[in-house]
Amino acid sequence: MAHAGPEHGLSRRSFVTGVVGILGGFIAAVVGLPAIGYLLSPSLKSGSSSKEEWVPLGPTEELVTGEPRLFAFTRTKQVGWERTANSYGVYVVRKPDDSYDVFSNVCTHLSCRVSWKEEENEYVCPCHDGRFAKDGAIVSGPQPRPLDRFEYKVEEGTLFIYLTEA
Amino acid sequence: MAARILTWLDERLGLTGIYKTVLDRKVPKVNWAFTLGSATLFLAIMQAATGIFLTAYYVPHPDQAYDSINYIMNDVAFGWLIRGIHHWGATLMVITVVLHMLRTFFYGAYKYPREVTWLTGVLLLLVTLGMGFTGYLLPWNQRAYWATTVGTSITETIPLIGPFINQALRGGTDLSTLTLVRFFSAHIWMLPTVLFGVIGVHIYLVIRLGISHVPSEDE
Repeated sequence: MAHAGPEHGLSRRSFVTGVVGILGGFIAAVVGLPAIGYLLSPSLKSGSSSKEEWVPLGPTEELVTGEPRLFAFTRTKQVGWERTANSYGVYVVRKPDDSYDVFSNVCTHLSCRVSWKEEENEYVCPCHDGRFAKDGAIVSGPQPRPLDRFEYKVEEGTLFIYLTEA
Repeated sequence: MAARILTWLDERLGLTGIYKTVLDRKVPKVNWAFTLGSATLFLAIMQAATGIFLTAYYVPHPDQAYDSINYIMNDVAFGWLIRGIHHWGATLMVITVVLHMLRTFFYGAYKYPREVTWLTGVLLLLVTLGMGFTGYLLPWNQRAYWATTVGTSITETIPLIGPFINQALRGGTDLSTLTLVRFFSAHIWMLPTVLFGVIGVHIYLVIRLGISHVPSEDE
């Protein structure tokens, strides 16, 4: 076995060790690197299902000035291999000048749903007692900003909101 | 620096001892047929790794199993690769297990003192086939459904206890959601637990007893 001695610079043993290491690393990379992409794949997909549209809420004639009214609707979208229905809640308040306040009922704190309490004259979030005034301003609680507003338009007596979703 | 960290760890963990015992074993002069056990172990580890990744998307429910696999194959990055490796690895593993058994049999390597190694090997063969059988149903396509219908029906022909075994496998008289979920449970928890536990015993015995040499003509 003199020909395999270390005096030739590379012994048979270290050659085999090296080859095994390289092959092992190659196999690990072939499986491991795609696996990272595999796991992250749906998270990184920039929503092909994302859309923006005008959603009709209802006729404006039924709205009483100064009285918040909840409109609810659902939109379905394809998530993974399933169609999922998302429900949305929108509070609309008619103002004396016939313009509207249109709020999302999603609390700006941690995304619970707020509801209008007539007797307290406030929107109240049940999760952390966040309170908003009728015009959406912060009254008290942990929320960082007033209620989010939707862009809206009135066409032929029907109120539309501009819905954008990521 | 790296060498010093290794020395520090080695002193406390005995890594060199493990390495020498497990990999620097004295072996007789053997041939390529003696690599079949290692090949099977490698495939088992690949199956475990890819299988774990598949559970990130697969849903074991009749309404969603097929769709979720379609999603893996068409929409998830490298989903085709992960499932492909799992699919072909399964077939390949059955082949290497059987060849490994044939080598052991024809070289008489199951004899004293390796009888227990052989017995655990038989168990590993059965568990591997069980993994193949339970995994085959999971895509919940026509082939999977009918293959499992036939496979479970075969058990029904056993005298006396046949119908009971059939129902126990199916979780009822017919193939249903219950069949799919129990096959999934067996495939990802029960059988792998047994498989890797027994692999541990099998390899311990191989290391403890050493491997047999190729029989010579006068033996």
